[in-house]
Amino acid sequence: MSILELTAVELGKRIKTGQVTVEEAVQASLDQIKKAEQKVNAFVTVDEEGALRRAEEVQKKINRGELRGPLAGVPAALKDNLCTKGLLTTCCSKILYNFVPSYTAEAVLHLERAGAVILGKTNMDEFAMGSTTETSAYGETRNPWNLDHVPGGSSGGSCAAVAVNECFYALGSDTGGSIRQPSSFCGVTGFKPTYGTVSRYGLIAYGSSLDQIGPVAKDVTDCAAILEAIASYDPKDSTSIRREDNRFTEALVDEVRGLRIGIPRDYFGEGLNPQVRDTILGAADVLRQKGAIVEEFDLSLVEYGVPAYYVIASAEASSNLSRFDGVKYGYRSPSYKDLYSMYKKSRSEGFGPEVKRRIMLGAFVLSSGYYDAYYVKAQKTKALIKRAFDQAFQSFDVILAPASPDTAPRLGQSLRDPIQMYLGDIYTISANLVGLPGLTVPCGTDSSGLPIGMQLIGDCFQEKKLIRAGFAFERSRCYQGPAMAKELEQSTPNPYVGEASSAQGSIWEKGGK
Amino acid sequence: MANVIDDAAIEYLGVLAKLALSQEEKEAAKADMGRMLDYIDKLNELDTSGVQPMSHVFPVKNVFREDVVENGDGREALLANGPECTGEAFVVPKTIG
Repeated sequence: MSILELTAVELGKRIKTGQVTVEEAVQASLDQIKKAEQKVNAFVTVDEEGALRRAEEVQKKINRGELRGPLAGVPAALKDNLCTKGLLTTCCSKILYNFVPSYTAEAVLHLERAGAVILGKTNMDEFAMGSTTETSAYGETRNPWNLDHVPGGSSGGSCAAVAVNECFYALGSDTGGSIRQPSSFCGVTGFKPTYGTVSRYGLIAYGSSLDQIGPVAKDVTDCAAILEAIASYDPKDSTSIRREDNRFTEALVDEVRGLRIGIPRDYFGEGLNPQVRDTILGAADVLRQKGAIVEEFDLSLVEYGVPAYYVIASAEASSNLSRFDGVKYGYRSPSYKDLYSMYKKSRSEGFGPEVKRRIMLGAFVLSSGYYDAYYVKAQKTKALIKRAFDQAFQSFDVILAPASPDTAPRLGQSLRDPIQMYLGDIYTISANLVGLPGLTVPCGTDSSGLPIGMQLIGDCFQEKKLIRAGFAFERSRCYQGPAMAKELEQSTPNPYVGEASSAQGSIWEKGGK
Repeated sequence: MANVIDDAAIEYLGVLAKLALSQEEKEAAKADMGRMLDYIDKLNELDTSGVQPMSHVFPVKNVFREDVVENGDGREALLANGPECTGEAFVVPKTIG
């Protein structure tokens, strides 16, 4: 088995025992990035120089016994909405094309303390608004399982990069399914923790009451180890929660006897691809055979999650994105008359169409005369959805569902009809509205070979139950990445020439100019 | 309620959202928002009388702390991101006559 095929935790063990050096692991990742990027475009910035420098530093700390954790020396990537001090952070928007943060996101600091080596920043839908990674200002990411298909979104770059072995794990963010849905489309494992578990300090905000950072990796073990490293109470995030038990890796046990798993009938009806349905129900059978109690039930209110979400998320986005006005950072229009026209022109030229659409909708639902009819109505709907889940979790430990109604669509299909695209989030969105943890675990492929992931949803703070169920399930099958990952690894090196990139020394940036 | 999105509403939203839309974008926004609001009107099927609106799932309250400076002087790094600055301030077009 080559280095690149290892999981993050397996690599961490080999680094600790000296079988692999940190530099070897980083170099292997960088070589794979050079080969894969022209096809996949999962990265918007690669910091080759910084990663190699950091590899040396981390290796020394490991040798001195200062770094002993499971992720020490393991190369990782970060979604480009996570601030990194001194490293370009664009949110894949033209309006932040040259933004270099003066501080690093809290979750990333935790990873660095655990010995992570950051390779670069991954592609995403602009400001995380989208479900395909096609709204990025720096070109779409392609699905490594089939380059004619999208990787999902908005954390599509993170998920594609993990799938094609450009990094051993990545961080993403999930506002309405943005970790769980692309993980399903790319055949990797993605985890959105309970709201408040990971500090949002340094995450460029989209919908603040919904946003949560989480890991993307090859298996549940990696996700548990990464979440354990990044979960923290942080006074700098006013909605951060002080949790008593963040020892998520303790739940990595192959034992589901007696675990009550609920299958919501309303998630398996009209609109669900039958191949996805059969694969998910097959996964439920595996858990049943291992001793879990699997029952169907009616969750109710499922069809109201998407409209409530788009009101709340757009409202919060319109407020959060008002800070981008061409004064303190980012793009400023070259021609304007006065201060107000500078704001308007900078924003209009800097934001893409999907972002403008959501800002306008948000401004409308918050405007005088419509606030009660839309925004307050959505908040009341959220309260009802919370009740429905509370009731479900009286009977069940875990809810098992699809992550998406279908496998990855072809490029260019989804953006034509926004409402249709929004409906693709129907199975993931409620977890954000009511703050629940959700874990996507790969469980099969459709007839054309595209991955299918199942989603495990738990009650607030019950990540350990999800980890246990996911871990027990994946024991029944072995991880298989896309054929392209191996093919690229075995191909001869190809000097990197990014279409929109400007090679500056050995930092490759697609924004920046 | 979709019929509330007329030309005047789009103009007004352009002011609220600080966006200068081209004529083409305005037409697209009008159609898009109309469709979105039609769809969102689905929420009216739900009886929410007597339901308290929920802003946060967990009970959140204001968090008070002493106002102590914890970060150092980051002026140079912050100004470096400004589209136009002097050595000590961001520069904007003249705002007072």
